[in-house]
Amino acid sequence: MKKSTLLALLVLVIRRDLLLAMRRRADVLTTLIFFVMVVSLFPLGVGPEMDMLRKMAAGVLWVAALLSSMLSLGRLFSADYLDGTLEQMMLAPQSLSMLVLGKIAAHWLVSGLPLVLMAPVLGIQFDMSAQALGVLVIGLLLGTPVLSMIGAIGAALTLGLRGGGVLLSLLVLPLCIPVLIFGTGAVEAVSTGLSAVSHLSLLGALLMLALVSTPWVTAQALRISME
Amino acid sequence: MLEVSNLACSRGDHRLFSGLRFALYPGQIMQVQGENGSGKTSLLRTLCGFLMPDEGVIAWRGESIRDLDEEYYAEMLYLGHLNAIKDELSALENLRISAGLAGVELDEKAAIAALRRIGLRGRERLPTKVLSQGQRRRVALARLLVSDAKLWVLDEPLTALDVGAVALIQELIAEHLARQGMVIFTTHQPLQVAGVEMHGLSLS
Repeated sequence: MKKSTLLALLVLVIRRDLLLAMRRRADVLTTLIFFVMVVSLFPLGVGPEMDMLRKMAAGVLWVAALLSSMLSLGRLFSADYLDGTLEQMMLAPQSLSMLVLGKIAAHWLVSGLPLVLMAPVLGIQFDMSAQALGVLVIGLLLGTPVLSMIGAIGAALTLGLRGGGVLLSLLVLPLCIPVLIFGTGAVEAVSTGLSAVSHLSLLGALLMLALVSTPWVTAQALRISME
Repeated sequence: MLEVSNLACSRGDHRLFSGLRFALYPGQIMQVQGENGSGKTSLLRTLCGFLMPDEGVIAWRGESIRDLDEEYYAEMLYLGHLNAIKDELSALENLRISAGLAGVELDEKAAIAALRRIGLRGRERLPTKVLSQGQRRRVALARLLVSDAKLWVLDEPLTALDVGAVALIQELIAEHLARQGMVIFTTHQPLQVAGVEMHGLSLS
């Protein structure tokens, strides 16, 4: 019997979660449909004034992405917690942070990446310029993993609590504000003719910071929740 | 090799046990006895490191399990009340993934052989949600066959199992003990392992 390495473990967890997501497609689709619905309601509600729509586009898309990522967070650990898999993960002879990172990566691939891919299509409804759409996608690409990672801490802390969903949003949403500000700021900058590099670099920095710190914090939170 | 000294554990304000002291050496098996709510599961979960003991030390090969952490987990296997299997996955996928999480890469042939021995011939590729309660338990128990852990911590391993499966588990435990393994378990059903002395630990 071969002992597996840390990287093999990461791949195993990601593949497992993707496989589970493929077998439970409804969950994945709800997040995406929610995102599409929320974003599409705005042009209908606000009316067809192009100037106004163009101005609010980035904000609407980002807030919708934030809310739909909240929607799927509750499922991040709860199924594994209920059927005992999480116990076995904690007993894995490898770092729990790595396992957590794998779960977060799978979660982002399933619920974050589709949003990023859908965003430019939805952006057209708001008459966004090609350049603004490009920056929006790059921003989302950098920002949505941060949302998943910050959300994972909240999901781990509220594990097994009744009404955890609402509490989760209350915990996580304030922490996501910087991502929202830099993400929308980047799009606003290019639409006013400035460079978006500073905003995007800050998003990148947030991503790096989250990548280094959140798996460990989430692992500790999971240990507390298991007691 | 597993030494517990002066262990105390409580849930909320209720003290479950205190001053608990025992040792388990290679080739030994210990049954934790006690009424419902006497702290059997809590003791086993403390041995897994899920619960922090109020007092006392759990030592594996002379070192605290808190310090050993991953080294200890590489040598132990825990089977709790929950089966830790996914309804959407087949028995085969479940077994291979749980072996992977335990740090062992299991090829398909070995996994199928284990599932057949545990009595799931012909059901290896069915989603576990169509299996019966006892069969799902067997999927979980198949981990015993593919693990090379020294210490088995089994919490009620016999629930939902039929007579044949109970005999099989007794056989597996006997083999494990013969390989100088260690077992600590709880059960409310009779479990006899031929040719070994059963150590008892009473919680009251």
